[in-house]
Amino acid sequence: MISPASLTELRDAVLSAPRVIAVGAETKPRLSAVDAVKISMRQLSGITEYDPSEFTFNALAGTPVREIITALEEKGQYLPFDPLLVEAGSTIGGVVASGLSGPGRFRFGGVRDFILGVRFVDGMGRLLRLGGKVVKNAAGFDVPKFLVGSLGRFGVIGEVTFKVFPKPAATLTLSMPFEADKMARIANSRFEAAALDVLPGGETLLVKLAGPGAALEVLAREIGGEIIDNTIWDEIRETPWSYKTDITPDQISDFKAAHVSCGGSMAFSHSLPVRGMTLRGDAPLWIGGRPRFAIEAAVKQALDPQQRFPTLDD
Amino acid sequence: MSAALERLAELLPPGRLLVRPVELAAYESDALTAFRTRPLAVVMPETEEEVIAIVRLCHELKLPFVARGSGTSLSGGSLPIAEGIVIALNRLNRILKLDPVQRIAVVQPGVINTQVTTAAAPFGLHYAPDPSSQSICTIGGNVAFNSGGAHCLKYGMTSNHVLGIKAVLGTGEVVEWGGGSRERLGPDWCGLFVGNEGLFGIALEITLQLLPKAECFHTVLAGYRTLEQAGDAVSAVIASGLLPGAIEIMDALALEAAVAAVHAEYPPGCEAVLIVELEGPREVVAIERERLDAILAASTPVEMRPARDADERLAIWKGRKSAFSAVGRLSPDFIVQDGVVPRRKLGEALRRIAEMSRETRIRVANVFHAGDGNLHPLILFDGREEGALQRAEDLAGRILKMCVEMGGSITGEHGIGVEKRDFLGDMFTPDEIDCMQRLRAAFDPLGIANPGKMFPGKEAPAMSHVGLHPLEKAGIISRE
Ligand SMILES: Cc1cc2nc3c(=O)[nH]c(=O)nc-3n(C[C@H](O)[C@H](O)[C@@H](O)COP(=O)(O)OP(=O)(O)OC[C@H]3O[C@@H](n4cnc5c(N)ncnc54)[C@H](O)[C@@H]3O)c2cc1C
Ligand SMILES: Cc1cc2nc3c(=O)[nH]c(=O)nc-3n(C[C@H](O)[C@H](O)[C@H](O)COP(=O)(O)OP(=O)(O)OC[C@H]3O[C@@H](n4cnc5c(N)ncnc54)[C@H](O)[C@@H]3O)c2cc1C
Repeated sequence: MISPASLTELRDAVLSAPRVIAVGAETKPRLSAVDAVKISMRQLSGITEYDPSEFTFNALAGTPVREIITALEEKGQYLPFDPLLVEAGSTIGGVVASGLSGPGRFRFGGVRDFILGVRFVDGMGRLLRLGGKVVKNAAGFDVPKFLVGSLGRFGVIGEVTFKVFPKPAATLTLSMPFEADKMARIANSRFEAAALDVLPGGETLLVKLAGPGAALEVLAREIGGEIIDNTIWDEIRETPWSYKTDITPDQISDFKAAHVSCGGSMAFSHSLPVRGMTLRGDAPLWIGGRPRFAIEAAVKQALDPQQRFPTLDD
Repeated sequence: MSAALERLAELLPPGRLLVRPVELAAYESDALTAFRTRPLAVVMPETEEEVIAIVRLCHELKLPFVARGSGTSLSGGSLPIAEGIVIALNRLNRILKLDPVQRIAVVQPGVINTQVTTAAAPFGLHYAPDPSSQSICTIGGNVAFNSGGAHCLKYGMTSNHVLGIKAVLGTGEVVEWGGGSRERLGPDWCGLFVGNEGLFGIALEITLQLLPKAECFHTVLAGYRTLEQAGDAVSAVIASGLLPGAIEIMDALALEAAVAAVHAEYPPGCEAVLIVELEGPREVVAIERERLDAILAASTPVEMRPARDADERLAIWKGRKSAFSAVGRLSPDFIVQDGVVPRRKLGEALRRIAEMSRETRIRVANVFHAGDGNLHPLILFDGREEGALQRAEDLAGRILKMCVEMGGSITGEHGIGVEKRDFLGDMFTPDEIDCMQRLRAAFDPLGIANPGKMFPGKEAPAMSHVGLHPLEKAGIISRE
């Protein structure tokens, strides 16, 4: 395990062995379970720039998400996509590379929708900055988005720039029996729910509302259901799920054992799903295969011609 | 007819393969009319299979192609290539699927932006990205440029709403990424494809996410003695923790233009007008509007005008959205620039633009998305004057360099195209540009998909006189 303490050392680390892979806190260990020298990102840690008035921050990739959330909270801001396993020590680079978002993805989007820029080291050991550092930018190819979910297979992320939002004044959680129609109605309604999840077992629908407290109570009465403690979202966020599957709302009934999140777009489970990605355990990384196109190898060749990083199939 | 055209003729009936100069004239430029090139031919496929066959033929013959939607690009993105063809995608204009439960639409690339919202409206849904050209520009063009609009701060750009893409790449390979789910596994291929400026290939089917329409709006127009005060008001709104759907500013010259063009009416004696819009469930807006009104009242405006009904709201937006084209009333020609600065530097950026304007004696009107620091300076000139276009372009270039120096970007939403190729190197190092060129080569090893765009280097085509886009002259679209 190599532990670079600066971006220059990160470059050297990438070039130091024929096969390397970055790891954050290894909260999603299956994702980095490959035969390669591990580069620990833990020392490359810290928020490098944060100006609340810009709605952006920069942080080194090994920065624990907990640290970022705390810094944002002090200024009344947050990451709306709800990163997972925060208390377990997830790093912001790990969040990007694994492409995992939590229930909050429903309202404003996932990791991919809040990442603005990256500095990363490609397979040739070049430190590159792509994307931008401002909330809006259309210059150049959107490599930052591509690295979301790239699992460290195309480059090592050294530093990231994210967009953030003001944190809503209050949140309120409703619990009610799950019915597909009801969920669709709430999703399409004027309520602008912040999250819409179905608990494992497929019986219970959770609705999270966010905004000024007085307004939420009125909305809650109209939606119905029982008001429950908001801490349920912390439990959901910190559960070390083993598998993740991307689904559509019409597939919810096929994923009864799973925790269904984001209005029926993601399923997290402990038992092997028919298809999906393994986050922990010995199952193959990709369950039930994945789409394959020739362009994948060509892009891999473009970013990592010597195959210094493993491939998505390793 | 050349051999290439003969092969194309085997794929398409004569009416859909244009080769005569009179037929080609309409395709010689996009909305950046300073650049013109006559292509070898224009092809008008009607099916995805035809597009794929054409691209594969181009690959076989090493024949360059430029995809084209409505040709409203402001950066020369859809400018043809003399030795290549234009693939006009307007006839692939079907909405293939609209699913109100999944809240998605699957569309062909030639579908017009507003058609998606029109189709979704009966279900209480809408497609969020709203470029000012939305009544005419295509989803394919939006995808290629990652187009924005007035609501980017809260809802993001085109890319944030694209869930799936089927495309034919420059290699001839047909790929399908993502789909109906908002989530995906593995690298974000759709994210990489959106914003490729036509250099990776052609989008054939795009899956878009739809959002519920906001129930209620609160739109306020506030006039200020100085631009600086308007800028301070923006800072105060941002610091308050509100997340408005839109925050826009127009300066005195832009106001003058809007008054002339659409008889907009603004508080007298103002050097700047600020528009802030809240949206959401009525109970939420009722609470937030009080906070917004209090913040704005404390920002010493000359006058504050909250829209009292839907008509007043529309009037506010009409003045704002017409501002670009309206500038045509003040000057025979103008260039729309598109740059981004960190929001806290907006005041400084505007001061420096004003200084450059005084120094060069070139009038500049400013209309901008203040919420996300996206400037749109409108540089006024008279193309009949010797060298005026070049002087205007020089000023535009200085403004872009200033944006980069301040830590911003050379484009917030209009793309690099032909116009800003030479500025890419101001934002990215040679290694970074090389990385992007390697990616481009992966998607298009022969360099046949929209060559000569985005990357610096090639000889620039000659510029000529700039004017309004023909559709703007006709009053069909306006720019933002
Ligand atoms: C109570 C508790 C329980 C814990 N349980 C476990 C446990 O069960 N198993 C365990 O392993 N750890 C566990 N941990 C450790 C902790 O989870 C880790 O510190 C973790 O959160 C960091 O992983 P990560 O999310 O940063 O990403 P990782 O899991 O390290 O990485 C995810 C993926 O991203 C890639 N990646 C990471 N960083 C980068 C980067 N900068 N650039 C490119 N690619 C990158 C990796 O290659 C991998 O493919 C536990 C900790 C606590 C406190
Ligand atoms: C009056 C006016 C106002 C405008 N306002 C805004 C605004 O508010 N915000 C904003 O962001 N932009 C704005 N624009 C710029 C322009 O409208 C957008 O860039 C738009 O997305 C272009 O769409 P189009 O269909 O006209 O594309 P075209 O101009 O035809 O093409 C644009 C680019 O997309 C490529 N392309 C087209 N179709 C495809 C496809 N299917 N697959 C791959 N590549 C393709 C072309 O090769 C070209 O590079 C404005 C333009 C005008 C004239």
